[in-house]
Amino acid sequence: MPEIETHSYDVLVIGAGGAGLRAAIAARQEGLSVGIVCKSLFGKAHTVMAEGGAAASMGNVNPHDNWMVHFRDTMRGGKFLNSWRMAELHAKEAPDRVWELETYGALFDRTPEGKISQRNFGGHEYPRLAHVGDRTGLELIRTMQQKIVSLQQDDARAAGQQTGASHDKLRVFAETTITELLRDESGAVAGAFGYRREDGGLLVFRAPAVIIATGGIGKSFKVTSNSWEYTGDGHALALRAGSSLINMEFVQFHPTGMVWPPSVKGILVTESVRGDGGVLRNSEGKRFMFDYVPDVFRDQYAKTEDEGDRWYTDPDNNKRPPELLPRDEVARAINSEVKAGRGSPHGGVFLDIASRRSKEFILRRLPSMHHQFMELADVDITREPMEVGPTCHYVMGGIEVDPDTGAAARVPGLFAAGESSGGMHGSNRLGGNSLSDLLVFGRRAGLGAAEYVKGLGGNRPAVPEAQVAAAEQVALAPLQRTEGENPYALHAELQQTMNDLVGIIRNADEMQQALDRLDTLKGRAQHLAAAGDRRFNPGWHLALDLRNMLAVSECVARAALLRQESRGGHTRDDFPAMRAEWRAKNLVCTYPEGGGGHVEIVEQPMVPMREDLLALFEKKELAKYLTDAELATIPETHGGDK
Amino acid sequence: MTYDAHFRVWRGDADGGDLQDFTVEVNEGEVVLDIIHRLQATQANDLAVRWNCKAGKCGSCSAEINGRPRLMCMTRMSNFTEDETVTVTPMRTFPVMKDLVTDVSFNYVKAEQIPAFAPPEGVAPGEYRMAQVDVQRSQEFRKCIECFMCQNVCHVIRDHEENKEAFAGPRFFIRAAELDMHPLDAGTDRAEFARDAQGVGMCNITKCCTEVCPEHIKITDNAIIPMKERVVDRRYDPLTILARKVRGKK
Ligand SMILES: Cc1cc2nc3c(=O)[nH]c(=O)nc-3n(C[C@H](O)[C@H](O)[C@H](O)COP(=O)(O)OP(=O)(O)OC[C@H]3O[C@@H](n4cnc5c(N)ncnc54)[C@H](O)[C@@H]3O)c2cc1C
Ligand code: SF4
Ligand code: SF4
Ligand code: FES
Repeated sequence: MPEIETHSYDVLVIGAGGAGLRAAIAARQEGLSVGIVCKSLFGKAHTVMAEGGAAASMGNVNPHDNWMVHFRDTMRGGKFLNSWRMAELHAKEAPDRVWELETYGALFDRTPEGKISQRNFGGHEYPRLAHVGDRTGLELIRTMQQKIVSLQQDDARAAGQQTGASHDKLRVFAETTITELLRDESGAVAGAFGYRREDGGLLVFRAPAVIIATGGIGKSFKVTSNSWEYTGDGHALALRAGSSLINMEFVQFHPTGMVWPPSVKGILVTESVRGDGGVLRNSEGKRFMFDYVPDVFRDQYAKTEDEGDRWYTDPDNNKRPPELLPRDEVARAINSEVKAGRGSPHGGVFLDIASRRSKEFILRRLPSMHHQFMELADVDITREPMEVGPTCHYVMGGIEVDPDTGAAARVPGLFAAGESSGGMHGSNRLGGNSLSDLLVFGRRAGLGAAEYVKGLGGNRPAVPEAQVAAAEQVALAPLQRTEGENPYALHAELQQTMNDLVGIIRNADEMQQALDRLDTLKGRAQHLAAAGDRRFNPGWHLALDLRNMLAVSECVARAALLRQESRGGHTRDDFPAMRAEWRAKNLVCTYPEGGGGHVEIVEQPMVPMREDLLALFEKKELAKYLTDAELATIPETHGGDK
Repeated sequence: MTYDAHFRVWRGDADGGDLQDFTVEVNEGEVVLDIIHRLQATQANDLAVRWNCKAGKCGSCSAEINGRPRLMCMTRMSNFTEDETVTVTPMRTFPVMKDLVTDVSFNYVKAEQIPAFAPPEGVAPGEYRMAQVDVQRSQEFRKCIECFMCQNVCHVIRDHEENKEAFAGPRFFIRAAELDMHPLDAGTDRAEFARDAQGVGMCNITKCCTEVCPEHIKITDNAIIPMKERVVDRRYDPLTILARKVRGKK
């Protein structure tokens, strides 16, 4: 048995997506040594796939925009279940975080005045998304990847090297997977345990602060826009280490994924298609979204096609078309049209930009969509409509954190940011609010961790050897079984279960069935066997990921069963209405010690919104979301658009 | 539309390996990566392959398909006839780790040698002003998804391990060009860097890199040739040397 390799850092960041890299930059700039671990190569994290843009109220295109408008949009999009403090920090700080990227070398598309251009997106009142064509995530990740290198070059120079980079104080461990967090006797974070994909070598990272930035959970669902990385590792690591998850019942199904051919089902079609003028039609050619504007949004959306179309050029005097409603609304509408027999040939609906914008416009604004459809589906989007349908895209739920510092609940030294953390987006995330979320809260978690480590002085938690031994045993078990369950087959069953029974439209019976099946799958997962040896063995890796997927799936299903209402990314057939009494509480998932590895959920009241933030809304609007008791305390003359 | 295809996939590691034969189901609309995944799930659980986005955006799944560098996720099975054997091998220029996965660390080392973007002095964040026409030139190069297929195909290093030390490769020529053309980069001498430290002189403009680039970046015409010309101009043209001194750049 080869030795376990050990590394020590002040801060360990798990994840090299936007959140992880921004956290690492912040912590390093505070003078601390930082290790970054990621499952793929450096620069390939999920963030690379983001298309549309990063939301920030810079007001470059419409000067009426400001943080208050962005805050309001975010709260509306999340149906008021958001952590208002996170939504506030996000709206206020996003512009600075985007501008900062330019100082790292980012090149966003420009307005005629030479400022960063901003595009329209669902749920955003003004054009707000900083973008680079439809490859914004690539720009974001490359910019931060290059910033990391530039910090390493600074370190090299400081150490007297003429050229190149130093890895002493900032190092990326690519293709390395963390399987367990390590904690000292008091329960404080002491480090993490993992393996290197290339050779299966085992590693222990000693670090008094660990930042989880591992992204989402979509790989538990069959139809998804997410990659193999999205197995909910960080969510599960936090659970097992004693922290808690919130909002897990809220899973975003993006309304427009590809539906044909079958092998690309789920791959994302960016919302920018609609932001840039594309419309949804059913098999009768009808723009059906006009029939699906819910009461809470009635005043903010166009009533006729003409008005909706005028809005693109004259947004101050017209209302936006309902194709740009928040994602949950559009996904449900598409689902209903297909169910009613008005779908497209392959079970989606039509997304048409060809008849509405010139070929040149489409090629300039949506080059990678054009390429994607041409190459993968033989469809020329400048000439014909696309076929699209909902796909599992994003998890609103995540690790419960302190909004200001990213500190995870219940575990000293643990921090989280990005998609793996919860609260910011409430029950539904607006498009573009993730990339900005990564920047704002990635930085905050990096600073929070730095402050925590400095506060410890020399008192660093020790790594208990017994935990390392236990983690090693769990990690190697699938390789030691010569016979057992095939991880690929088990994964396929899990995906089918979640897709069919805890998908976009839910009910109690099906979710109960899902929980029963998850229980069986959990039992079978004890016997996963991976053929082959430790060297770059995807079967083994999947066997280990499955443990996390099962834990996270159980959280989703249990929380969804408990929440007896429909809100954002949680829609119940049996409880179709939004219910104010449910807005006032979060469902908090934990793994109680001695609970036999079952998820426990408790209700936790939301902290009431601060007065000045509440004042940004008219009472009339608040009445749609708040309970009567809450409303009774608010004067009639209250608030409103400023 | 379903049929059984004949695949030959290279399996092995740094110590050697060979092509292994597989018969595997293919369905309508599938790409090579789908077939590799099917092999993995049903016949070769430990088959090593990289991928992430399955949509040509991340540059993870580069391999050689029937001898030609391709992204596996963007190569439709309909490119091949039903009785054609499809041979999938790892990129040749980089050392094999296992099966289709190669050690691409060469590229990360080269990336670390390029002096980073230098922010302009005295321009506050939020005050950057650049015209779309000016950023567009660098934006073309920033479309790069780091699939490293241009590196793989470049003959200067493809079968010449000994050149790797002195030659950064097309991926990093466009990085130097991108910074050179960045309207606000305060760094100097990007073109000279390409000559002195990146070995752009060893490139003899075969354009193989441009042909293979899945992002259709005009690596040779828009980056390498202008950089080569600029180096020559600057060395011999007293006017440019003067201008460079005055403007502090270019
Ligand atoms: C196709 C697509 C398009 C999108 N478009 C947009 C958009 O236009 N605008 C927007 O705002 N949002 C968009 N999103 C959402 C957004 O891209 C993601 O929510 C966001 O990028 C997540 O970033 P992150 O930093 O939290 O995680 P990621 O970028 O996913 O990074 C996670 C990192 O954690 C690592 N990791 C995971 N588990 C482990 C482990 N066990 N050990 C070690 N490392 C681990 C991974 O390797 C990876 O490096 C899109 C999402 C998709 C899928
Ligand atoms: S053009 Fe130059 S860099 Fe490109 S493949 Fe040919 S020799 Fe290599
Ligand atoms: S320049 Fe093109 S071929 Fe080369 S790494 Fe980038 S995307 Fe790949
Ligand atoms: S998997 Fe991302 S480019 Fe092929």
